This record gives sequence, structure tokens and C-alpha cells, in this order.
Amino acid sequence: MAITKRQAAELAKQTFEYAPAPEAIDHVRIQPRYGLFIGGKMVEPHSKKRFPTINPATEQKLSEVAEADAVDVGRAVSAAGTAFTSWSRMAPSRRARYLFRISRLIQERARELAVVETMDGGKPIKESRDVDVPLSAAHFFYYAGWADKLEWAFPNRRPRPLGVAGQVIPWNFPLLMLAWKIAPALAAGNTVVLKPAETTPLSALLFAEICQQAELPAGVVNIITGAGKTGSLLVSHPGVKKVAFTGSTEVGKLIQRALAGSGKRLTLELGGKAANIVFEDAPLDQAVEGIVNGIYFNQGHVCCAGSRLLVQESIAKPLLEKLKQRLSTLRLGDPLDKNTDIGAINSKAQLEKIQRLVDSGIEEGAEIYQPECKLPERGYWFPPTVFTNVSQSYRIAREEIFGPVLSVLTFRTPAEAVEKANNTPYGLSAGVWTDKGSRILWMAERMRAGVVWANTFNRFDPTSPFGGYKESGYGREGGVHGLLPYLELV
Amino acid sequence: MRGVRSVDEVGANERAASLAKRSIKKSSKLWALDLSIRCMDLTTLEGSDTPGKIAALSAKAIRPQPGDASIPSVAALCVYPARVAEARERLQGSGVKVASVATAFPSGQSFISIKLAETKDAVTAGADEIDMVIDRAAFLSGDYQKVYDEIVAVKEACGPAHLKVILEAGELGTYDAVRRASILAMAAGADFIKTSTGKVQPAATLPVSLVMMEAIRDFMRETGRPVGFKAAGGIRTSKQAIAYLVVLYETLGADWMTPDRFRLGASTLLNDVLMQIEKERSGVYQSADYFTID
Repeated sequence: MAITKRQAAELAKQTFEYAPAPEAIDHVRIQPRYGLFIGGKMVEPHSKKRFPTINPATEQKLSEVAEADAVDVGRAVSAAGTAFTSWSRMAPSRRARYLFRISRLIQERARELAVVETMDGGKPIKESRDVDVPLSAAHFFYYAGWADKLEWAFPNRRPRPLGVAGQVIPWNFPLLMLAWKIAPALAAGNTVVLKPAETTPLSALLFAEICQQAELPAGVVNIITGAGKTGSLLVSHPGVKKVAFTGSTEVGKLIQRALAGSGKRLTLELGGKAANIVFEDAPLDQAVEGIVNGIYFNQGHVCCAGSRLLVQESIAKPLLEKLKQRLSTLRLGDPLDKNTDIGAINSKAQLEKIQRLVDSGIEEGAEIYQPECKLPERGYWFPPTVFTNVSQSYRIAREEIFGPVLSVLTFRTPAEAVEKANNTPYGLSAGVWTDKGSRILWMAERMRAGVVWANTFNRFDPTSPFGGYKESGYGREGGVHGLLPYLELV
Repeated sequence: MRGVRSVDEVGANERAASLAKRSIKKSSKLWALDLSIRCMDLTTLEGSDTPGKIAALSAKAIRPQPGDASIPSVAALCVYPARVAEARERLQGSGVKVASVATAFPSGQSFISIKLAETKDAVTAGADEIDMVIDRAAFLSGDYQKVYDEIVAVKEACGPAHLKVILEAGELGTYDAVRRASILAMAAGADFIKTSTGKVQPAATLPVSLVMMEAIRDFMRETGRPVGFKAAGGIRTSKQAIAYLVVLYETLGADWMTPDRFRLGASTLLNDVLMQIEKERSGVYQSADYFTID
């Protein structure tokens, strides 16, 4: 099958076009319709209603999931309440054993989970494969280790579980957010009712199968699907003792209002408008990577995304040149392709929101830059976008866009950087890029943000607490701090 | 030189690791394998090299796979100065260049007069390209001027020959130093900068190459002069070679994907590439006995 000389000459002329490298999906079985996971079994919803969940990269329907109504929510909470009696009294080392089992099952079924996460949510397979799924397993491993050490975690205090936790999670990291919520709750001896987001319910339903495989006692984990209405029924149910919510600041405020006076414990993980601050002595090429990772990771659907780039004016020009060149190498397209860097926007509604805010940026006078980038015809897509000439007062510098859109602002001195970075209603994360160690500490002391990354961005670890200041919410997830919201210390 | 921008080691390692995960399949793999041959400096640098060994490798360099004209020749044959004349004779008219190491390779621990004489003699004997080593003794003791002056002098001694400057990254210790040495070599007139001699471990690594390519990119932006890049040492498999091409493509772009600006120095890589090409074409692996050992 030797190729001819002419073909060889042709080869020499071509450029490096990466051939499609799609992840196989034939090993994944998505059922045509799903029920609710209540009391250890998949049950038909009382509501008899179902809604479709689609693949945002193709707009094709993947499955139909149940829409839980008040009766369904009541059944789930009551199943969790019943299970709480035995689960909370179980020897902690036995609870740990279930959690370890779950983490191992997540690892065993990693490929399947990654593919489902990518198909249902639109994120690139390299992210679900290398970030979402391994971190989810790590979270269960980590909190499994705490289960039998709770008595020693808080000196002179005796930790007691709270009861049924009602947990509502977002669509940007469906499985990972599930792990962040369920692992500490179970380790501490609580039982849970979890509602995944309506656009990305499939990995949670796959997780229900994993609970069955792990032979987790019935009712310890219950998963109900539905939209905002279902979530509101869940958090306001009287049987729920603790509410954990990750999502928008808008909804977070509604929940806080609804729960006022109910005596329920509440933690909120809300929006962000993080500053990624690059000083003139920063390692520029790595800073560019950090900026890209900060805002284009998961299409910018990240609450701690570095959506505001604060760059010292003296290096703004070379840095932006480098950034623009780097953007031209980002590969947007089929999320299942192993070489894809930017996948699909999660939903039509989100795409419209991004478009609206980008329009406002143009209208307010910011300069837009988008690399040449062919968008697929079907599905929801948005090219990586950079706004320069942005003022602190523009909407794109104030509001959370939750898309691949970066606003660039400049500063002159460290003090000005601190002032601008903190001048936001949010306070979830920040990034500092400098070669000077002392400046990192100086900045970290002054940032009003729950996480400050130094010379890196969007780095997560189960041992490290994560959470917000101000309108980014309260309570911490991860680390020993992540146990506190699920414990009463007596 | 101490003012040269810093490199964050963790970030550079991560970027290189993420690029190494690119999945290069089918037509793109075939293209990359073909390019790896066209950009290869087939190398033998042993005390035991003889005229016979040079003759055998020259034949391999010109026609890596006998009977298959679609497989291109390599870019150059890289030998010790004393073997240049024989390589020149064997490669005359083939298009394959003769490259010679010089300047007291691999340590560089000799007198400048000898380094310059060695360079001139190698060029006189027929070397098209000179692979020099930087004076690490001077570099590591902070005498950057001496390193610079020596490169300038060797460049002059090269005359028409192309100069590749070997940094020996494995002896420099940090990416900051690698970047500094890269800028120094380019400013002094290097046509190529090269990672390693192959005689020191670690030799070429992906992150070191990334750091050097980023320096080339910055130098190009500042001066408009494109400088080539050569990775050498420890690159034995097609998979590794492709990873270098991916880093090259996504750092310096398509303009660098030519033997004029990119080289892979290797002694054993070629047969693995040939075997992979055959596998891509036929769908099955062939016995190693079908590939000549020279």
C-alpha cells in the first residue's frame, strides 16, 4: 500500500490538521427515560411528568427525566428521614466503607461518567475525563477518611449529624458538585435528597446506579430531578434540616429569604466575578495559560472563573498580544473529540444570556476580540472572546457572564490592583501572577475572596476549603471546613 | 541577562503535559511521522564511529526505507568533526546535510583557540551545520559575556555553515536559566538553539523545549528574526516525536514545521517512525526485521 511520490509531495505541503479523535460512546447506555431515585429504588414520579434532557452540542434528545412534584419531594425527604435513624448510628468506620466503595466505583466507571457528563453538559471530554471525574472520586476518598475521625476533628466538641440535607446543584460541574455535596454530608452521618440541574441530570442518575452497586442502605441518598420549582419544594420542605445550594446569586437570595426563621442550616455557593491579576514581573507565558484556563475552562461556566483580567499597564501590550495568539490555537468543536479545548454552551438560555451581555459590552464601548473560529451549525456555541478598553463601570466588568468572555482592565500599582479587584459585590476567587513571593502574600492578605491562587488558576483539591465572601455565598466545601456545615458541635 | 523574564516551572510542566495528551491519529499522524523524518538529524556520536559506520548511516539517511521512494530522506547526518569528510563524500548530491558537533563537544571544557580551530576545520572538511555547546562553566558562574562572546566567535568561524547552539539544559538546573541561555544564544547569532548534547541526563524534555520555543517566539516578536529549534537526546519513539511536533505547532505555529526551522536529533528514532508509518498504511505492525539496522 505504498503511497506514490506525488502523494508524498502532497504530504509535504499540507499543514498539521489534527484528524478527528472522538471518544468512543458505544460503552455507554443512556436509558430512554428515567424515574426518581427514592429509597434505594428508581420509582415512577407521582407527577407523571417528564421533560427532555438534550445534548447541547447536537440539540439531540438524550433521554427523558422525571419532574418531581410536591408528593415526590415529600416521599424522597421521608425516605431520607427514615434512613437517617440507622445511618447516623452506624459505626463510622462502616459509613466510611460505603464511601470508599463509591469512590472506587466512580473510578471504575470513569470513562462512562466522563462521556455522559460531556454529552449532557457540552464540556470537552478532556475536562470531564481529567478533571470532573477524578476530582469527584478524590472527594469521596477524602471524606471517607474523615468518617471515623470526626470525634477527633474538633477538640473538646462532640460532632452530631443534622438530619436530612436538601442539596441543589448547578449544571456546570454536575458530578463534581454532587460529590462536593454528598461526600461530606454522608461522612458526617446525614442522609441526603439531591436535585441536579434540569439541563444536566444524567450523571446524577448514573450515580444513583453507583449507590445501588455499592449497596448503600436505601434512602441514604435520594436523587430527584426537576427544575426550579422542584428545588424550591425541596429546600422549603419541613423535613429538611440543612440546605446546601450552589448556583446563581439571584436564586441564592431567594432561598435565603424563604428559609429565614425556619431554623434550617444553610450554605450557599454563588456567583463570582474573579480578578486575575498579572503584575509586570509575572512569568508571562504561564500567565497566559492561567488566563486561558481561568476563563475558557469549561466554556467559562465556572463560578470562580477569572473573568476580569487585571493587568499592569506596563505589560498590557505584550500580554494581550500573547493572549490573542494563544486564543487562535484553541480548538472549539465536538466536545467528545479528545483534542477539543472549548465545547458547547450548556443551554440555549445560557447562550442567549452570554450574547446579551456581550452586546452590552460592545454598546458600552469596549473593544471586542474573537479569534477566527468556525462554529458548528447545530448546537449552542460561543467563540472565546476578549474585551479590551473595559471600564470598571461596564456591565461586562460587574456582572457574572458565565461564558467564555474575558474583560481586560489595567492598573498601575499594587494598591490600585487590590482596590479594583475588591470592587465587586462578589468574592469567590482571585488569581495573582508575580515572580515576587512577598507580593503574593501581600495581595492574598488584602483580597476579599475565598480562594486566592498564586501563579495558577482554577486548581481544586478536596483537602482545600472553597467558598465565598460577600454575595458569593457563605460556608465552605472541601477540607475539614467542609464538614462543619453538616455537623452540630455540642 | 538577569532581567530576562522568568518562567514558572509548574505552569510550564503543566502546559507541556497537556499538549502531550493531544490525540494525533490517522492522516495527521502520517503527516507528522513523515515530517519527523524530514526534520531528523540522524546522529552517531561515539568513540567507536568508523568510516564504515558513517558509510552505513549515510545510506540510511538518504534512503531510510530501501525500496520505498515515498519515504523522504532525513535532514542531516550529525557526526564528530573527524568523521565529517567521510560523511560529506557519502552524502554529496543527496540533499542530506552534514552536521558536525564542535567546540569540545560535549563538555565544552577546552581552550577557545581549539574550539574555533575545530569549528573551522569541520567546515573546511565539508560540514554544512555546526552544533556547538555553550560554555556552561562560564554560564553557571555568571559570566554571560564570555558565553556570548564565544558564540559570536564560533558563528564567525562557521562562515557559511549554519550554527546550532546547544544549551545542555540538563546542566542548567532551572527553566529560568534555560530561557536566559536561549535569549543569550539567539542574541549572539545562533541560527538554531538546541536542547542537549544527548550525553547528559536529563536530555531533551517536552517542558524544556516549550520554554525554549517560547523564547524563540519572544525573540521573533522583538527582532523579526526567526530562530530554529532542535530537540536532541532521549527521543526514541514516534509518540515522543509527535508530542514535540504538537508543542512546536501550538507554540511557534505552522511556519516552524520545516527542516529549516526544526530538527529532531536522534540515533534510534528513525526505525520506530518507519515502523509506525508502515502500521498506519497497512493496519498491522511489521516485524522489526523488515527495518534495516545501520
